Amino acid sequence: MFSLDLLRDAVVFGLLVGCFYAAVSIGLSVAFGLLDVPHIAHPAFLVLGSYCTYLLCQYGWDPILAGIALMPVFMLLGMAVYRFYYVTFEKRGTEAGVRGLAFFFGVVFIIEVGLVLVFGVDQRLVEADYIGKSLTIGDMRLPLRLIVAFGVALVLTVGLTLYLSKTFTGRAIKAVAQDEAALRLMGANPVRIKQWAFGIATAVTALAGALLIIVGPVEPTMDRVYIGRTFCVVVLAGLGSMSGTLVAGLILGVSETIVLTLLGASWAPAVSFGLLLVMLGIRPQGLFGR
Amino acid sequence: MRLLSFVAGLLFSALALAQSGPIKVGMSMPQTGPLGAGGQAALLALRMWVEDVNKRGGLLKRQVELTAYDDQTNPAVTPAIYAKLLDVDKVDLLIAPYGTVPTAPIMPLVKQRGLLLMGNFSFQVNRTVKHDMWFNNSPWNDASSWSDGFFQAGQKLGAKTIAFLAADQEFAQNLANGARDLAQKAGLTTVYNQNYPPATVDFSAMIRAVRAAKPDLVFVMSYPNDSVAIVRAVNEIGVGDSVKLFGGGMVGLQFTPNMVSLGKSLNGIVNYNSYVPGMKYPGIEDFLARYAKRAAEAKVDPLGFYLPPFNYAIGQMLEQAITATKSLDHKVLANYLRTNEMKTIVGPIRFRADGEWANARVVQAQFRGVVDKNLDQFRQPGKQVVLYPDQYKTGDVIAPFEKARK
Repeated sequence: MFSLDLLRDAVVFGLLVGCFYAAVSIGLSVAFGLLDVPHIAHPAFLVLGSYCTYLLCQYGWDPILAGIALMPVFMLLGMAVYRFYYVTFEKRGTEAGVRGLAFFFGVVFIIEVGLVLVFGVDQRLVEADYIGKSLTIGDMRLPLRLIVAFGVALVLTVGLTLYLSKTFTGRAIKAVAQDEAALRLMGANPVRIKQWAFGIATAVTALAGALLIIVGPVEPTMDRVYIGRTFCVVVLAGLGSMSGTLVAGLILGVSETIVLTLLGASWAPAVSFGLLLVMLGIRPQGLFGR
Repeated sequence: MRLLSFVAGLLFSALALAQSGPIKVGMSMPQTGPLGAGGQAALLALRMWVEDVNKRGGLLKRQVELTAYDDQTNPAVTPAIYAKLLDVDKVDLLIAPYGTVPTAPIMPLVKQRGLLLMGNFSFQVNRTVKHDMWFNNSPWNDASSWSDGFFQAGQKLGAKTIAFLAADQEFAQNLANGARDLAQKAGLTTVYNQNYPPATVDFSAMIRAVRAAKPDLVFVMSYPNDSVAIVRAVNEIGVGDSVKLFGGGMVGLQFTPNMVSLGKSLNGIVNYNSYVPGMKYPGIEDFLARYAKRAAEAKVDPLGFYLPPFNYAIGQMLEQAITATKSLDHKVLANYLRTNEMKTIVGPIRFRADGEWANARVVQAQFRGVVDKNLDQFRQPGKQVVLYPDQYKTGDVIAPFEKARK
């Protein structure tokens, strides 16, 4: 079944979902893309952000405000996690850093089990004025929750891009990704910079986690749904590129939705990895990678 | 000679000790993952049965012990869990995990070893395996028993076209294939037929495509996470004025936390269920009252209408068979289960040769007058009006779907 109306709607839905994909991936773009930390616990932090948002929403908070309020707490949490990872793995050399994968696997299980123990295994949803309603434009209905996620994701991505390119600390984070030794020669402490950057990456997951629970219900093991997609977006974008993450998210969202609507939903998961394979074949450094 | 007597005495004592040890019942149960919410509630009911039977003195004068491992709703791990239960834990009896997907991989194992397996709300897992020691606790048997009520209501409304939306999973595909056959027999034209992958994040685009297809009926076969997301998308995007009935096989809309969270978005949906308030079976109300207290402590489904009574019934069936035969021999127990009526809190059960219920009892009910943020409303009859089967019918369907939502 093909119609221009369906194609138009699929593209619009894809743009909305794609921006959401960018938002849930951008923290990983900092942690993995810029810092080379094998942060496979990133989606678990997202889910943790969703549950913390859920908790604040029980006291009448708006989910977006809750996500913003949680950012400083998550920043401290991220800094603490990085410090532990640095002392126990990264400091001991590259091979130990790779073995840090096991550390982040452990973090995933601790978060999952912790959430099960505290909240149980039931799905959790939040309520807000923009959830469950839609914006009607002509014969097109757009879910408000996706529009809100789109807007917040856009602000988050643009904000992070500006921070990394316009501020001293942001440029230092980019520098540590390019040449750690050179940064040390300039008198800056690369470990502190990386700790700060990992804190930012984790703080972003608080707000992205709020978007996650706005877009749909969450349960403690939901991170497994996002691990493939988030890594795909980051690699597709080119490691460490914030604007690339946004573009890659949009490409993934639009292509997935078009395939899902017009070709068959069963093929949708193949889109992300298909795109990734094509990209790695023709441009291994990703869309915006150097 | 003395030594021989001594060894024989030791062996006899060891044998007697083994006989007087607990009867071990083993299973895996989804306690995390997509079916975790239902699994934990079901497990609580089984633990209640174990406590009850032990208070009565156990079975064959032996206490009953339940060993349950979390399979994380992951079918890849269930064969290893059941091998461990049999070879390491040395359990006497087996109960299947909740759900079709985790159960399917253990069917070859139990058939190969000739073991009795009490099924736990799975759908058609024995259809091709044909194990003669399988007994399912679910109130359905074949595909028509599940979706007949939905199609009958649709035909009464003069439906001519249908859309299918099904999860790409064992359970949903089994159900979908049966439902597609029924639709064909009923002369319905399929105008939309979509299998979606389990990791689908948002259903807006699919619901938009359903609306564009303008079907009379929309039959959905989904797992809990998806069901909630689909109901939300329907609420936002709408399925159009053509749709007379929406629902059918949505797992998860029976779970209390989901019903409370979705609130009035549920109105109008016609969906399957195993039990809704108003259905009368001896002992079920007492069980549900006791369960509600325990569920609050355990932080699991507070009402527990869907799975817990049927899991308690598994225990009751084992108890009846063991007490009557005074045996733990799987063949003897299977023979008893096959040839006798089981008396349970979900009513009397007789099994067919394939281990499914001889008389299916799947309810198709329409959500009506549901309000937001109110758990207690679901305790009363009337929020889920039974359309099918006739013996439990409490009202007629309201259609079209958009009208029923008001």
